[in-house]
Amino acid sequence: MSIEVRRYEHGSRVPGWDEAADLSKDPAQVPDPATTPVPEDLRAEIEAHMANYPDHRSAAIPALAAVQRRYGWCTPEGIEQAACVMRLTPAYLVAVATFYDMLETRPVARHTIYVCTNISCSLRGADELLAAFKDAGDEQEFNIRGFECLGACDIAPMASVNGVYVGPVTRDEVPEVIAALRQGREVLPDKHLVKRPVADPNAQT
Amino acid sequence: MTDPILFKDIDEPGLRTLEVYRRRGGYDMVSKALAMTRDELVHDLEISGLRGRGGAGFSMGKKASFLPKTTMDKYLVCNADESEPGTFKDRELMTKLPHMLIEGIIIAAHAAGANRAFIYIRGEYQEVADILDAALVEARDAGYLDNLPLVVHRGAGAYICGEETGLLDSLEGKRGNPRLKPPFPANQGLYQGPTLINNVETLMTVPHIVRMGGESYAKIGAANSTGTKVVSVSGNVQRPGNYEIELGIASRELIYGLAGGPPEGREILFWFPGGSSSPVLTKDELDVPYDFDSMAKAGSMIGSGAIIIVDDSNSVVDVALKLASFYRHESCGKCTPCREGTNWTVKVLERIQSGLGTPMDLDIMASVQDRIIGNCLCVLGDSMAMPIGSMIEKFRPQFEEYMESRREVAA
Repeated sequence: MSIEVRRYEHGSRVPGWDEAADLSKDPAQVPDPATTPVPEDLRAEIEAHMANYPDHRSAAIPALAAVQRRYGWCTPEGIEQAACVMRLTPAYLVAVATFYDMLETRPVARHTIYVCTNISCSLRGADELLAAFKDAGDEQEFNIRGFECLGACDIAPMASVNGVYVGPVTRDEVPEVIAALRQGREVLPDKHLVKRPVADPNAQT
Repeated sequence: MTDPILFKDIDEPGLRTLEVYRRRGGYDMVSKALAMTRDELVHDLEISGLRGRGGAGFSMGKKASFLPKTTMDKYLVCNADESEPGTFKDRELMTKLPHMLIEGIIIAAHAAGANRAFIYIRGEYQEVADILDAALVEARDAGYLDNLPLVVHRGAGAYICGEETGLLDSLEGKRGNPRLKPPFPANQGLYQGPTLINNVETLMTVPHIVRMGGESYAKIGAANSTGTKVVSVSGNVQRPGNYEIELGIASRELIYGLAGGPPEGREILFWFPGGSSSPVLTKDELDVPYDFDSMAKAGSMIGSGAIIIVDDSNSVVDVALKLASFYRHESCGKCTPCREGTNWTVKVLERIQSGLGTPMDLDIMASVQDRIIGNCLCVLGDSMAMPIGSMIEKFRPQFEEYMESRREVAA
């Protein structure tokens, strides 16, 4: 059996190894505020996060999350704007962004569906669920990913749909989830995790 | 079974709000604890025997006592990263009792002498973080947090940030790589300052210890494993969910009595007693009492208190591959044994699955696990090596049988 391994010029298997935030600028230089326009609300949000910590660098993840909320993913321009507000180099923020699974360094679709495919969920059919999602939704509209344990094994198999935990999701419900997202409706309202009571019988009095 | 402590009336409507929580006696323990001196409080925590609920099981009072008594800036960090596969107790507790966590943090911060606190919550728990933020606003308006700035910090999806030093690096705005220990966080943690890091459940137990007194809390549970524990049961069981148990009850009672056992007609193949990183136990080991020491004696651990049941409709190789792939994905790549070991374990298992495995593969895989354990900065590599090692040890015939059947399919 041969497994095809894609290799890039210098032999790395890691895509994106040669991409800087913006190839026309030096990523190791703190962006100049005079030439880097930052939207006022984004600046205000990042500065509010920076004020929460003794060391403003702690706001790196919240700042990148704010960039992602605004632009859909961590765009080179967005990273540069965050770097400009935080007085860090874009390279530093790219290094942080590439470490974390939820920060997207490539363009992604508007709706995010994470399907948990870890042990507990896969014992209850998560892999089939993920396949069903991939069949039902197209990549242009939906960012469908198998994700590591989402911490909701009690509703396995489950999915995090735009940050809302729903489960247990059967394969028959997949078209409904996709349709609800397209029409802007609430996704499976009676299967939201936050509405679920505790399983322990001793907890109910 | 004693009455539930954390789960008492947990589904009461509106318990998330300050009003209902206070009506039930919430935040009463803050004034009682703040009236005690730091030493008295730490002593109370120490004699309560409370052991950390996040995985390591270290005495909480002792950890708090390690923080120096100087006037420098000290920090309290609540570890709400909870990404151990199979664990979902903190999610349930924070969703339903956000104020109890804040109360616990205020008291623990006093015990540690900390003047700033953070809750590091995993990024996937957006709904929970919103609930915490709302509770924080209420608590701040009510004046409980006047002397303790508390911030909810959202992560962005990385298992390694549940490891305490990886968490600190992530909280400092870096990639979440673990640090070399010592120095331990109690001496040099967040921003190089002394830091107390505790799990959500541990901190939520603190107000109850103050209320009951350390001595009476120590009477609950088993020797050396005092108190109650919220256990997440998942996988092939009829009633997956969180159960609050008194430590020391028989595992069988928990799995069959509370969670309903495996589906009709199925038997347990093996089970993880403490999350996916604990060595697996078989169906012959169901009578082990569920507490720290008994589990250790049985060769496994309570870990984060997450039981995953795997029934006999599954193959041990598939579960092993799932597990190894997870740790490969989540290895931060800093230490070679973990980065390479997880990768090679996955490759060997994939080879077995594709029908190209040889009996030697099992020995190679076992030796890879041996070379990971204890050779890295943190225990992520060990977390894969221990369960995979125990699976090879206990299920060697099943591995070989699987290998043989796959070879036939491939041929």
